[in-house]
Amino acid sequence: MELTAKSAAELHTLLESREISAVELTKAFIERINAIEDKVKAFMTLTEESALMQAAEVDAKLSRGDKLRPLEGIPMALKDNMCTEGVRTTCSSKILENFVPPYNATVAELLRQAGAVMLGKLNMDEFAMGSSTENSAFHVTRNPWDLERVTGGSSGGSAAAVVADQAVFTLGSDTGGSIRQPAAFCGVVGMKPTYGAVSRYGLIAFASSLDQIGPFTKDVRDNALVMNAIAGHDPKDSTSVPYDKPDYTKFLLNDIKGLKIGIPREYFGQGIDTEVDKVLRQALATLGSLGAEVEECSMPHTEYAMPAYYLIAPAEASSNLARYDGVRYGYRTEDSEDIISMFKKTRAEGFGSEVKRRIMLGTYALSAGYYDAYYLKAQKARTLIKQDFDRVLEKFDVLVAPTAPTVAFKFGEKSTDPLAMYLSDVCTVPLNLAGLPGITLPAGFAGGMPVGLQLMGKPFDEGTLYRVAYTFEQNTDFHKAKPAFSGEVA
Amino acid sequence: MKISRKDVEHVALLARLELTEQEIEQYTEQLDSILEYAATLDRLDTENVEPTAHAVPLHNVLRADEVKSSIEREKALQNSPDAEEGFYRVPRIV
Repeated sequence: MELTAKSAAELHTLLESREISAVELTKAFIERINAIEDKVKAFMTLTEESALMQAAEVDAKLSRGDKLRPLEGIPMALKDNMCTEGVRTTCSSKILENFVPPYNATVAELLRQAGAVMLGKLNMDEFAMGSSTENSAFHVTRNPWDLERVTGGSSGGSAAAVVADQAVFTLGSDTGGSIRQPAAFCGVVGMKPTYGAVSRYGLIAFASSLDQIGPFTKDVRDNALVMNAIAGHDPKDSTSVPYDKPDYTKFLLNDIKGLKIGIPREYFGQGIDTEVDKVLRQALATLGSLGAEVEECSMPHTEYAMPAYYLIAPAEASSNLARYDGVRYGYRTEDSEDIISMFKKTRAEGFGSEVKRRIMLGTYALSAGYYDAYYLKAQKARTLIKQDFDRVLEKFDVLVAPTAPTVAFKFGEKSTDPLAMYLSDVCTVPLNLAGLPGITLPAGFAGGMPVGLQLMGKPFDEGTLYRVAYTFEQNTDFHKAKPAFSGEVA
Repeated sequence: MKISRKDVEHVALLARLELTEQEIEQYTEQLDSILEYAATLDRLDTENVEPTAHAVPLHNVLRADEVKSSIEREKALQNSPDAEEGFYRVPRIV
């Protein structure tokens, strides 16, 4: 097996036994990126030089005979909405094209302290608004399984880089499915942790009550290892929750006997592709055969999650994105007569069309006369959606659903119809509104494209999600399949 | 129609976005269909339902009132499109 295809756990063993050096490993990844990046285009920025320096530090430690921590020397990359000191952070937007943060996001700092080697920053939908990474202001990222298809989004670069072996693991962010949907489209493991479990300090805000950072990995064990490094309370994030962080690898048991798994029937209704449905029914049968008690349940307010989300998220975004005014950082128009025209032109020239659409929608939903009808109504619907989860999770340990209603679609298929694009998040959005954790893992293929199985759990119970995911993975081979990079590069 | 061209022009001003003719037309149409979809929520009886702003409510998160170092002025200004003598420079306001 190629070095770049191995998991963090496997590479850790090779590093510690000195079969490979950290510099050799980082060089192997730089070569891999150079070899296939013109096809995939997962990256926004590469940081080869600092990566090799970080790797050399790990080698120095090894030659002193020191033990390595689990992620030490492991090459990884971050979505380009996480601030990295001295490294350009664009949010894939023209308005931040030349923004160089003066500080590190907490997750970037934690991974640096854990000794992980940062290879670069990853492409995304502008300001994480989108479901295909077609909204990047700079370039699209292609799905390694079929280069004519999207990676999903908004963390498309994060998903593609892992499945294309351009990084051992990556981080993404999930506001309405932006980790889980691209992970499913690209056939990797993606975790959206409980709201408040991972610090958002230094994450460029989209919708603050929904945003959450999480890992993309090749398998479930690596995912737990990365969560060990990034989760935990952070005084710099006032929405970070103080809780007893467990060792997530302790949950990697190949045993789900007696666990209660609920199948919310609303997630398997209209709009789910029949081939995707077939793959998931098979996955449910597998979980049943492994000893879990699988039973149907009902979450009657599920259909209201999408309309509620598409009021709440844009409302929060319109407020968060007010800061891009051309004064303190980012792009400023060259053509302005006074301060108001400077604001208006800076924002008109700096933001792409989807970002403007959501700012408009959110501003409208919050404006005088419409607040009660739209924003307040959506927040009340959010309560009912959350209550659905609370109720079924009293009875079940884990809920199982599709991650996305279809496999990855072709470029341009949905990009002209905003509503059609929004609906590809229909299976992932409810969890963000409820603030709960969810993981997606490879469950099979439909028409040659990966299908993701979504597991949803109780607050701060990522551990049980890892246990069920690990058991499924140990008893199937879907995570071992590799993409062929087929299809024409358009 | 949920939203008119006039609404779009008004909201664009509130949001400090200069829109082209074509964008005004396009957003009028697209926002209308999104709001039409959002009106699905009208079917829900929310008479006695409290709103949820945050899934995990935390209140009054404060730290001890101690002086700590913060980012240096030069570093804070380094991303500014226009800065002078330690200040941000903008077009004349009054």
